[in-house]
Amino acid sequence: MRNEKSTEEVARGIRARVFEHTIRNNGGYLSQACSAAEQLAFLYNEALNLGPSTMPLVPPPFAGVPSAANPGYRTGAGYNGPFDAVHDRLFIAPAHYALVAYACLIEVGRMAPEGLEMFNRDGSSVEMIGAEHSPGMEVHNGTLGIGLSTAAGLAWGRRRLGHTGRVCVFMSDGEVQEGQTWEAVQAAAHHGIDNLWALMDVNRQQCDGAMDDVMTVGDVATKFRDFGAVVAECDAHDLPALRAAAATPHPGRPLIVLAHSRPTQGMESLMSRFPRLHYVRFKSEEERARMNAEIAAELGVAPVPLETQ
Amino acid sequence: MMEMVNRPYAAAFEAHAVQHPEVLCLSADLTSSCEIDGFRDRHPGQFLSLGMAEQNMLSFAGGLGLAGFRPFLHSFGVFLYRRPYDQLVASIAYPRRKVRLMGFLPGVTTPGGMTHQAIEDIAVMRTLPNMTVLEAGDATEVESIVAEADTVDGPVYCRILRGAVPRLFDTPLRIGQMRVLSEGDDVLVVTAGVTTEEAIRARSALAGAGVSVRHLHLNTLKPFDAAQIVDHAASVRHGVVTLENHLVNGGIGSMVAEALAEAGLARRLVRLGLQDTYAHGGSRPYLMRHYGMDALALVRAIERLTGQSTGIDEGALEAVRVEAVHSAVKAEAL
Repeated sequence: MRNEKSTEEVARGIRARVFEHTIRNNGGYLSQACSAAEQLAFLYNEALNLGPSTMPLVPPPFAGVPSAANPGYRTGAGYNGPFDAVHDRLFIAPAHYALVAYACLIEVGRMAPEGLEMFNRDGSSVEMIGAEHSPGMEVHNGTLGIGLSTAAGLAWGRRRLGHTGRVCVFMSDGEVQEGQTWEAVQAAAHHGIDNLWALMDVNRQQCDGAMDDVMTVGDVATKFRDFGAVVAECDAHDLPALRAAAATPHPGRPLIVLAHSRPTQGMESLMSRFPRLHYVRFKSEEERARMNAEIAAELGVAPVPLETQ
Repeated sequence: MMEMVNRPYAAAFEAHAVQHPEVLCLSADLTSSCEIDGFRDRHPGQFLSLGMAEQNMLSFAGGLGLAGFRPFLHSFGVFLYRRPYDQLVASIAYPRRKVRLMGFLPGVTTPGGMTHQAIEDIAVMRTLPNMTVLEAGDATEVESIVAEADTVDGPVYCRILRGAVPRLFDTPLRIGQMRVLSEGDDVLVVTAGVTTEEAIRARSALAGAGVSVRHLHLNTLKPFDAAQIVDHAASVRHGVVTLENHLVNGGIGSMVAEALAEAGLARRLVRLGLQDTYAHGGSRPYLMRHYGMDALALVRAIERLTGQSTGIDEGALEAVRVEAVHSAVKAEAL
């Protein structure tokens, strides 16, 4: 299924929606939109083979957690299309990117814009940290580092079942600090799981700030290769480069695409906040108004109308 | 003389798995220690080696479950929840994956000491929503727990006995069906796993001393049949003793206490097991004696409830079954 928009347009739309949401709500995962907009747009708009959404455009309210007493339970994976043998599956491993992922779902026509109005509202399934039941999510990944393992298990199972659809994990580079990521890569390589690939947003930022200050991770590409993966690297904001990297052959091994991104791409005004970019909350009405005007100008959109206090 | 069965798990798992291609055998570098080495050799296509990486193994198994498989995870019980607790919750318990966690060496059945002894596994597992918790108490239950666990619509944790296992029962384990081993009216004794054998050792001596024991053997720890426990407790005069191969906090002692309190049934309760302490490495009979988890400890607890000495000493109890340290049926590795 292909959307009518170009991937560039989807990426622009993601930034604009996350910007508007963040200004309006005086906080949000703004930097993640800067670094990941092209990557999520690329995945949904062209890289992944996804069927049409099986879920309503306006997300249903939270309908309970999985339990024997809740037989109607569904995950949010239906927004990515049906489960069948030929279509791909996507896990958003850093569930903190949920706002960006929801914006992407809207841009590619899988969710109504009203869905974003439900973000982080009590009783809504459009949760701040993407949950299994949130639009576009299939498993809980809020504890970072578990997504790739789950995807490796699913991919092994799908291969055994003869599925042609692949399993893709959108990852964040902070996850390489978790030991489980390395356990997952070594297991995927050991078992020759090559219907698995990951696109990693290498923005070199984490909750406490720049990764080099929080915990040095060294040469991630070499480490992944040493653990048995095929690695491709590219500029995360260069779509032809993303396409080439994702097309890297990886027979018998998982593919990890390291997409080197800038945490302020498209919103350079955010640099005044560096290195505290994980969650942007404006320190004052003045800062909020200034960011509103400056970022709107950068994005080429109108500033968000704000009610006067 | 009690019948001993060698490696009942090995045969039972293989018989079940070969009939069910969606069952997968996962191991974390303890393949012979969990008696699945023969299965690995004979059915390599159904066996997955995940290495010493339990966090990945649990999430990976969650992914296999998502693909429609029913993975059986084999390791020592303690390795299935202490390190990978987050993965247990997020990848298995929450999404109700049909993952079967086969926990070998429960409680003090290993000389491996603190790092190897699963002494809080029941407490951890039973507090997890969606989890079923089973425990095998003899060879028949080890043989039947495999197929029975595989009927669960969701994840299940099983405490498994390995090596030479006594046969105490002649009917298979059925989820939710506790065994009433005697129907006395002085004291209710509740046991599970290896402590059932301990209680049986004291049976004839207690009968000789005129103590009428009502003895329940539990194999299903969650869901816990509180109503039945309360009914049995209501039918004895002096009170209840729980004897478990686990910490008394959070385990069977706690479950029984909760059941009695919620029913408003006033009965004294003595909880035998590890009393808010870690254990150390040693033989099973030594550890059960040292930590007050054996037949003699049970007799003394019953005396406290009845207020009467039974005159029973170690010599009056049936012999402790001592496993040969280097028995041919015992895995070499801890």
